[in-house]
Amino acid sequence: MADAAFTPPLARISPPRSAFTRSFAHFRYVMTSNPITFLAFLLLAGMIVIAAFGPALVPHDPLATLADKALKPPSAQHWFGTDQLGRDVFSRVIIATRLDMLISVSAVAMSFACGATLGAFAGYWGGWFDRLSGRVLDTIMAFPLFVLAMGIVAAAGNTIQNIVIATAIINLPFYARVARAEVSIRRNAGYVQAARLSGNSEFRILLLKILPNTLPPMMVQLSLNMGWAILNAAGLSFIGLGVRPPTAEWGIMVAEGANYIVSGEWWLALFPGAALMLAVFTFNLLGDGLRDLVDPQRRT
Amino acid sequence: MIQPLHNPPLLAVRDLCVEFATRRGPVTAVRAVSLQVAKGETLGVVGESGSGKSVTSYAVMRILDRAGRIVSGAIEFGGINLNGADEPTMSDLRGREISMIFQNPRAALNPIRPVGKQIEDVLIRHAQATHDQARAKAIAALEHVRIRHAAQRYHAYPFELSGGMCQRVVIAIALACRPQLLIADEPTTGLDVTTQRAVMELVRDLTRSDGMSTLLITHDLGLAGEYCDRIVVMEQGQVVEQQDTRALFTTPAHPYTQRLIRSTPHAARTIRDLLPEDLRLPQPPAASPAGTGTPLLEVRNLVKVFDPPGGLLQRLKSRGKSAAGTFRAVDGISFGITRGESVGLVGESGCGKSTTSAMIMRLLDATSGSILFKGQELTAVPAGEFARSPLRRELQMVFQDPHESLNPRATAAQAIADPLLRLDGMSGAAQIRARVERLAAQVGLPLDLLDRLPHQLSGGQKARVGIARAIATHPELLILDEPTAALDVSVQAVVLNLLSDLRAEFGMSYLFVSHDLEVVRLMCKRVIVMRAGRMVEEGLTEQVLSAPEADYTKELLAAIPRPAHLLHRVSHTKVARA
Repeated sequence: MADAAFTPPLARISPPRSAFTRSFAHFRYVMTSNPITFLAFLLLAGMIVIAAFGPALVPHDPLATLADKALKPPSAQHWFGTDQLGRDVFSRVIIATRLDMLISVSAVAMSFACGATLGAFAGYWGGWFDRLSGRVLDTIMAFPLFVLAMGIVAAAGNTIQNIVIATAIINLPFYARVARAEVSIRRNAGYVQAARLSGNSEFRILLLKILPNTLPPMMVQLSLNMGWAILNAAGLSFIGLGVRPPTAEWGIMVAEGANYIVSGEWWLALFPGAALMLAVFTFNLLGDGLRDLVDPQRRT
Repeated sequence: MIQPLHNPPLLAVRDLCVEFATRRGPVTAVRAVSLQVAKGETLGVVGESGSGKSVTSYAVMRILDRAGRIVSGAIEFGGINLNGADEPTMSDLRGREISMIFQNPRAALNPIRPVGKQIEDVLIRHAQATHDQARAKAIAALEHVRIRHAAQRYHAYPFELSGGMCQRVVIAIALACRPQLLIADEPTTGLDVTTQRAVMELVRDLTRSDGMSTLLITHDLGLAGEYCDRIVVMEQGQVVEQQDTRALFTTPAHPYTQRLIRSTPHAARTIRDLLPEDLRLPQPPAASPAGTGTPLLEVRNLVKVFDPPGGLLQRLKSRGKSAAGTFRAVDGISFGITRGESVGLVGESGCGKSTTSAMIMRLLDATSGSILFKGQELTAVPAGEFARSPLRRELQMVFQDPHESLNPRATAAQAIADPLLRLDGMSGAAQIRARVERLAAQVGLPLDLLDRLPHQLSGGQKARVGIARAIATHPELLILDEPTAALDVSVQAVVLNLLSDLRAEFGMSYLFVSHDLEVVRLMCKRVIVMRAGRMVEEGLTEQVLSAPEADYTKELLAAIPRPAHLLHRVSHTKVARA
């Protein structure tokens, strides 16, 4: 090594480690360097466990109505009280986690996949496709998004599948725009030119060289959108376009409970509302941590 | 350097230590640095990247970022202890008593404010002007830095000005309040040599006429040698030597200084001269004598025209009125490269040399003209489909920025393996790994670095990865696009030697694109000088550099900073060798 003498000794310590230990060490570093990220991941893990094992955890049947126990305040037996039909609110809040997560995760996954593809093609090749897709997305964004989602669900029918599709459509422009911007600034980067010289086809370059590098900013968008998607699904249910009673869902529970706040039965709306807030909060906190995890520059 | 008592230094830094908090714990960036700048003196701080020269100046200005901390030491400026000064005092001093010029002038200016207003801001901040006279003073300041039509330029936004003009505006801002000390941190890096000369002479003249002191921070020993009274050499956070400029060049005491002077291409006769004696290998015999006459590449009347930006409407409007607004980046150039030959392509930014190399590399379609490679017409295949051409493996390139040309998510081994997989159709992990390791050995990249990501490698190591990737398919023609522009001189010395050895070993032909005539002198037998898309001069390197015919070539040669002491050395060694 001729330039050995010029390299600071610091740069040359790195014991070879397996890919798994490396990623685990990186995960641990991201978690310990930022306690808020750690908290967000902890909350997320809790939510996943509740969504997965909810039915096994609940003390009462969420759909069982007990007329004599209607509208009881929180107690040792019913932690969050009971609703107008005597159903256990705690059990319903827990059970609803799975449905709400399912709606938001699938909606965000759909808009991420479609939006990123659309934006990546538009950003890489430009031209008429870019202009056309850009204007279509502008048109979508010109509508009040919630009204658009209402319209889609009202027109297509009141099913969970349609809620997912409506939520995906209104979120799609954000992914497409981020992807387009991130791809177009990298389209002629040095490493992309080098990949062309190495004989990679254009499609391969876009898929394997550029897209992975756009992941960090996309991750921030993704986690912000997750919270938003949950709110959106709950909002649709709240106004009666979405999940139908008696299915347990946070939005619909808040909607039903809202009628009882005036008469003093606050627990009906408060607890599902708090669960909703916690979920949105978790996903909003997650953004920076996710970005740090997928950014190779943060590794050493 | 002991200062005479009757002349107390303007700036005195004593035993300065600066630490940065990092993921691996604190890192000492500057250790026990002491230096002094006398009134009216120009002090050069020279060192390679990571030597702590910029950190020292940031510490003086007290603008270290949050991770940085002055651990110990004293910084005294005109009797004030800057180390203990509070933030209001410092922001009062900054701009009024001590000013700074940064490396990238465009980044240092606010992009959404007219340059005149930005000068006014400084004047008003330091109560050097009232709102009524600020405008006149700002225009005067622009005139002071020799900007023509200053009253009109007052309204210009930074993006409307060239790099050299922006740097003049930055200097105008820095000097607006007549500070006593000017800190110039790599003020001309990224500017063309002719612009560099204009900017440096401006700084020298202005500081001299106002009796200002200057602290010039640079990696370029030649630049420091030409413009500084005294030079401090730094290495890894420490001052290794400080001497008068003349003494430093004639009798460098520290081995690091000697190595640095040796690595500077001005003084060298062959590229082996750039290396320290103990690292000099015998020059390998050339595989094929350079320039055997068989033409490898022939470029004829190559033209590239860029259309003006604008939609369909503008294009329809301008139809019939051809050439209005179009930009001829390359305007009919013709040259040839024979097998095993190394040809230099020299010119300043915007002269079309990068466009030319992109067209030859088939990354860009030519507007007209022909490129013949081994008798085959390259322009017959569109650039977009050239990836599948069998000629792809014969034409490769080493990029200017070793960092930017590596995918941040791919390890060194993956980067080198990419052309093997795609162009040579190699398969089998073990086989590819063995080939990658052989290539790494050929370019002198330690094997344990192969699994690192680009940001974990040093500049020189990244350059080696880029070279290994380019030679992986044994191309016949390699275009080197400023391969050492982003590297320190000592690393440049090693990389240039590596490139020259590889050429001899594999019998490759090089097109060496550079703005640095001194490097071209060492690397190429023939040279082509370009300006504004046209060829200005072509010929044997020795002839062109010693007896240039075109005025532009003369201008370029004159602009290279060449400290007299360094030239002296060359002629001495030449005499001694003769």
